[in-house]
Amino acid sequence: MAALLERDEWKAFSDFLALGGAALCVIIGLILALAGEDRVIAFHGCVLFGAAALAFLFVLTQIIEKKETHDATSYADGVVRAGVIATVFWGVAGFIIGDVIAWQLAYPVFNFDLPWTNFGRLRPVHTSAVIFAFGGNALMATSFYVVQRTCRARLAGKWSPWFVFWGYQLFLVLAATGYILGVTQSKEYAEPEWYVDLWLTAVWVAYFLVFIATIAKRREPHIYVANWFYLAFIVTVAMLHIVNNLAVPVSLVGSKSYIIYSGVQDAMTQWWYGHNAVGFFLTAGFLGMMYYFVPKRAERPIYSYRLSVVHFWSLIFIYIWAGPHHLHYSALPDWAQTLGMTFSIILWMPSWGGMINGLMTLSGAWDKLRTDPVIRMLIVAVAFYGMSTFEGPLMSIKSVNALSHYTDWTIGHVHSGALGWVAYITFGALYCMVPWLWHRKALYSQKLVEWHFWVSTLGIVLYITSMWVSGILQGLMWRAYDNLGFLEYSFVETVEAMHPFYVIRATGGLLFLIGALLMAYNLWRTARGDESLDAVEQPAVAAAPEFRPGEYTAPVPAE
Amino acid sequence: MDWAKHEVFEKSSIILLIGILVVVAIGGLVEIAPLFWLSSTIEKVQGMRPYTPLELAGRDIYVREGCYLCHSQMIRSLKDEVERYGHYSLAAESMYDHPFQWGSKRTGPDLARLGGKYSDEWHRAHMIDPRAVVPESVMPGYPFLAERELDYDNIAENLKVSAIVGVPYTEEMIEAATADVELQAGADTEGLESFLARYPKAQVRSFDGEPGYVSELDALIAYLQMLGTLVDFATFDAAGPNLR
Repeated sequence: MAALLERDEWKAFSDFLALGGAALCVIIGLILALAGEDRVIAFHGCVLFGAAALAFLFVLTQIIEKKETHDATSYADGVVRAGVIATVFWGVAGFIIGDVIAWQLAYPVFNFDLPWTNFGRLRPVHTSAVIFAFGGNALMATSFYVVQRTCRARLAGKWSPWFVFWGYQLFLVLAATGYILGVTQSKEYAEPEWYVDLWLTAVWVAYFLVFIATIAKRREPHIYVANWFYLAFIVTVAMLHIVNNLAVPVSLVGSKSYIIYSGVQDAMTQWWYGHNAVGFFLTAGFLGMMYYFVPKRAERPIYSYRLSVVHFWSLIFIYIWAGPHHLHYSALPDWAQTLGMTFSIILWMPSWGGMINGLMTLSGAWDKLRTDPVIRMLIVAVAFYGMSTFEGPLMSIKSVNALSHYTDWTIGHVHSGALGWVAYITFGALYCMVPWLWHRKALYSQKLVEWHFWVSTLGIVLYITSMWVSGILQGLMWRAYDNLGFLEYSFVETVEAMHPFYVIRATGGLLFLIGALLMAYNLWRTARGDESLDAVEQPAVAAAPEFRPGEYTAPVPAE
Repeated sequence: MDWAKHEVFEKSSIILLIGILVVVAIGGLVEIAPLFWLSSTIEKVQGMRPYTPLELAGRDIYVREGCYLCHSQMIRSLKDEVERYGHYSLAAESMYDHPFQWGSKRTGPDLARLGGKYSDEWHRAHMIDPRAVVPESVMPGYPFLAERELDYDNIAENLKVSAIVGVPYTEEMIEAATADVELQAGADTEGLESFLARYPKAQVRSFDGEPGYVSELDALIAYLQMLGTLVDFATFDAAGPNLR
């Protein structure tokens, strides 16, 4: 009886916290909306006010109706389903904006010379949409899915998982509308201004607490390797985000702030952050995805436990050092550049250790590459991971970097990682999860997955090959001397030479976008419950667990 | 090696968390922290001063429009770059930059030493329609900058906060900030001498060609025209003791 009372008290306390938090945000939103010194922060105040008011009303009705929001013995999959939808939505949005700015570089007339349509403001919208909106939602959704299954525990918290989801969407809306309206602190991949950063910090702390509390109440003796990676991603991103964004606002009701670091220290801090946005957001988190979905889909255990251990600790230790390779031959002291280069080269080893662990998980089941396009997507993702983690150390060598830095080679490198690795492992995970989450017997169409795979792969190949050629070409043109000893090309001649490659790149991006639209259609038809067109051709693992007799392990209800 | 020992981390979320925190903290501590106390990090040079209020406002527009996404401000110590753009960039030259604007991509040329290379008139034409002066350019046009009045009501606050984060703005500079904007943009010549004492080498004129009206274009061109012009390279010794 005492225990029951205690649980009720906890419930009341959590309801109170949810209501109180929403009310506080209503007040803050109202203050910003009315007292905001510039129009952007006033607009953002209105957005916060509206979102918080809706949240308050929703929580209140739930409490009054005394609705039991969930069956405590089941997994919390509603928030995962929402995350899947958000991932697809933001993915398509991010790819569209990416392709628009690619065409702008080929044909500048598409800038329209308006403040909110120019390349300089749209480019951060693209990068934030694909990294934080598409990638971030994919990481949150899959981490919430994976941590429950591998811990055999329901997600911790009643309101907090939903706060994490909706709070994160609000962060994305504030960030993206801010860039379009000219509010940015200009640190790449950390553009949001101080108040948006604060909001993200609150959301991220809640995300961390939900995740670690779920691990803490697990019914498995061991914490599964995927969760090590997810945890490292969440913790390290928190550290990077807070340290890199320390700023002093000009006014507490204004959007502008000045970052506390300057010049060379700011550059080093920024690229410590920037490279580890790659290392922890786009690598460690997605490796968590790999360590769950590849073995699950292949129905094979992870290739090597020892390799997992070595991979994990060496990867997270070494990645942190790699930042200075963004600053070769700059005013950053040489010792820091050399240190960054050295660790970047060493980083090749743990990266390939992880790649081997993922690829070799397929040993004994290589035929699935031919028959199952979903596992092909997952495995090609790991192959692209291997390729770009070889290219990265190569480009971090100072003499190679002297040529590649400031050119499109870097852009191509980023996209072989982002499209080939991050997006493909996400697509694979989405194709796995949608039938599992919506309790379907199969995907709507496996044939469409094939089309998605080949159209997108062609797009990636066009993208990265055109950027290799344009990057190396421009780098060589910049340093070319004629036989009288003068620089051979003016800068603008090198810009002109880029045009055909920019057209090819934008075409590749368009193909990638078309592939993603095919996926969105396919997943929508699957979730809606439409009869599958080719269920017989799909592997048994494509079906939701309850349609696969003999292996479903629901968590044991709490006594 | 006894691999079973790893279960210490696998069986406790707190030990795993502490392990991760320790491992990911080391690299940043070693690479970032010394930059704040090693005196050789930033060279001792003659001529660096904080931005004038108008230049700072121009710089904020440069940040707002995302110029750093296509233009670097960091000339690397490579032969072709030094010949194309001028002396390689020194750490001292960005020591008052919050945040830094070194950039990472050159879709357009480096701007670290843009100051004085082109006339104001060229910049005006280029900002309104880049292809009017450089037909092959892929830069967006910024015709709206000339039409927008510069909002400098709170410029003193911006200087004050810059001073909090370490830029050596004096009380006098902060007090005179609003008047200094108008003075530098050519609207007012009274107090020119003390302005130039506060900000040596500052250029004073109507940058957008319309005196008596301070536009965003005024501020941006004032910023572009001072880039890389402050350090006196006649007195800078690259092999000097300041780099040891």
